[in-house]
Amino acid sequence: MSKLTKLAAGAAVAALFAANTSTAGTLDDVKAAGHVKCGISTGVPGFAFTDDGGAWQGFDPAVCKAVAAAIFGDTSKVKYTTTTGKTRFTALASGEVDMLARNTTWTFSRDTDLKLDFVGVNYYDGQGFMIPSELGVESAKDLDGASVCIQTGTTTELNLADFFRTNGISYEAVPIETNDEARTNYVAGRCDVYTTDASGLAATRSSLEDPAAHVLMPEIISKEPLGPLVRHGDSEWADIVRWTLNAMITAEELGVNSGNVDKMATGTDNPEINRLLGSEGDLGAMIGLDKAWAWRAIKMVGNYGEVFEQYIGADTPIGLDRGLNALWTQGGILYSPPFR
Amino acid sequence: MSQTTDIQGPPRQSFSIGKIWTDKRTRGLVIQLLATIAICAVVLYLANNVVENFQKLGKPFGFSFLQQESNYDINQTLIEYSSRSTHARAAVVGILNTLLVAVCGIILASILGFILGVLRLSPNWLVNKLAYCYIEFVRNVPVLVHILLVHGILVHSLPKPKQAIDVADSFFLTNRGFFVPKPIAEPLFWAVIAAFVIGLIYAFWYRRSARIKQAATGEQSPVFWVMLGSIIGLPVLVYILTGMPLAWEIPELKGFNFKGGMALKPEFMSLWIALSLYTAAFIAEIVRAGIEAVNKGQTEAALALGLPRRRTLNLVIIPQALRVIIPPLNSQYLNITKNSSLAIAIGYMDIVATIGGITLNQTGREMECMLIVLGLYLFFSLTISSIMNWYNKRLALVER
Repeated sequence: MSKLTKLAAGAAVAALFAANTSTAGTLDDVKAAGHVKCGISTGVPGFAFTDDGGAWQGFDPAVCKAVAAAIFGDTSKVKYTTTTGKTRFTALASGEVDMLARNTTWTFSRDTDLKLDFVGVNYYDGQGFMIPSELGVESAKDLDGASVCIQTGTTTELNLADFFRTNGISYEAVPIETNDEARTNYVAGRCDVYTTDASGLAATRSSLEDPAAHVLMPEIISKEPLGPLVRHGDSEWADIVRWTLNAMITAEELGVNSGNVDKMATGTDNPEINRLLGSEGDLGAMIGLDKAWAWRAIKMVGNYGEVFEQYIGADTPIGLDRGLNALWTQGGILYSPPFR
Repeated sequence: MSQTTDIQGPPRQSFSIGKIWTDKRTRGLVIQLLATIAICAVVLYLANNVVENFQKLGKPFGFSFLQQESNYDINQTLIEYSSRSTHARAAVVGILNTLLVAVCGIILASILGFILGVLRLSPNWLVNKLAYCYIEFVRNVPVLVHILLVHGILVHSLPKPKQAIDVADSFFLTNRGFFVPKPIAEPLFWAVIAAFVIGLIYAFWYRRSARIKQAATGEQSPVFWVMLGSIIGLPVLVYILTGMPLAWEIPELKGFNFKGGMALKPEFMSLWIALSLYTAAFIAEIVRAGIEAVNKGQTEAALALGLPRRRTLNLVIIPQALRVIIPPLNSQYLNITKNSSLAIAIGYMDIVATIGGITLNQTGREMECMLIVLGLYLFFSLTISSIMNWYNKRLALVER
């Protein structure tokens, strides 16, 4: 049985048997369990990968870690569950995970019809195409007749169909479950082109034998705001994840980082920093946590900029520019509501 | 039964609670009643839970999503389909793909299985042991591994389209698929089809009358050659006489891929080959068991009566072996159909990949989609089962 069938069947069985467990109270469940159940991808270089010790690292798991730090003060209190493009929503809806932090695009129907809640955006992305440079193709519009590897169950699958249809060109879709399988098929030449979010392409290209032999097409054919999400119906839990992410973004804006957060926490001249780090007011109590929640998240995981540079920034093999993901004060569109 | 009671009358006994348990018949009834109630209660509880959980999630239950546009493309379609088609149509495409691989798999697995089963009984030591090794190797490795292995071999070892292996400039073997010329019927082609149908009817009429003649006079007719001539010879003759009214669309390398012709995609090929090879190993053992189940005395008796070897096989051994073979063969056919759902592992777009995969994922209707997939597999399996049961009944020993 495939992973999907298993999960879907699991969800169906879960729906059959799940007695009246309240959907509200995820925070209580998390505290009782002693860990956050976090759904991540099966692996995208920089975004989610296992380190030498077998622990999950990366730009997306960092969000899970920040939430665990805010709740427990311990980044290791996360139970990771890998999900594919197809299994992720079922995993979240059935309660197998408490939150998803894996390059997932915020769309209308997912937010409403799938009964999920996106709590923010941690990476503004768009769909691109990667192709071996030896094929000499310069624009995605020249891809008539090409075989395209695509991760099934994603928004990219729908964008792809739209793009080729509106441009009146044909293609052969080669549906693939995970990024690794897509890479294997692309390398074997089963498909000419690999399409996914531009960040994922850059990450995948960095892991190829000769990254320079592959080019990204200039076209970005969609908006892909990627962010963490939770189940619909538990606003308290959504608030915790949302504001943990916002705390990381605000911390960068206010110049708070993992190095100076201890000093800042003793009190500064900036009241917003004081409110964020808990030396003034009690914002933590409003989301069911203590005063030092954001301090712990920033201390143990870092602010948004630190996390970006550590895993996917210009100095890493992935080498992504901040681009749209720079703070609004620095030409990007990253903008957190105020801590007040 | 009722007569006996009428004549003798039931022994009149006063009703008592204890009797319910001590009387064998009432006890049976009570146990059956309780079991039925328990099963109904569990089913009701489960159904109720589904309804409650759906309400709590605020998810409506319904199949109207099937009428929405699917918005995704499918690479192998036996009917007209585009991303503008509905989810329902995508489901039909998936159903046809599942049926295609299941039917092709059943045919190839049966042929391979029968050959292997016979080889397994060969008195030649080498042939016998080779068949034995093949069977033991293949059936002891999970079918998913076979599928991934064959897919890996096809995709990694075959050349890309530009270096395609070219057979007679019309067949091309690449890791994007096996491209073959596509027949395109011209107007006169109906004559060939008509000739085929007439030949088929004549062949069966001839066979029947030959049998009647043999039963009456004992005279044998050349049934095989007449049937061959009328089923194959006649259409070929008409085809040549009408000036070969069949055009062939030759696949051509254009840009990235071959265009035109027919393509067997590596996903289909690997699923088909892997399922067939795997199931053939099981069928081989079933065939061997069936043939060995026929008492040796039967063969000896037939030979003693002067029947030639071929007729002994056709008239004595195979009909009896089939009775043993058909029931387990049925479950192997069901296995092929159900195992085809592993298609998802290599991206073959069957029911599980379309309605139970992409549609499920894009619309978020897990329960509905899974119910549809469940119902479809149940339907396919029961259909195959009933065909095989009908065939089994036809072959069953008629006791006189």
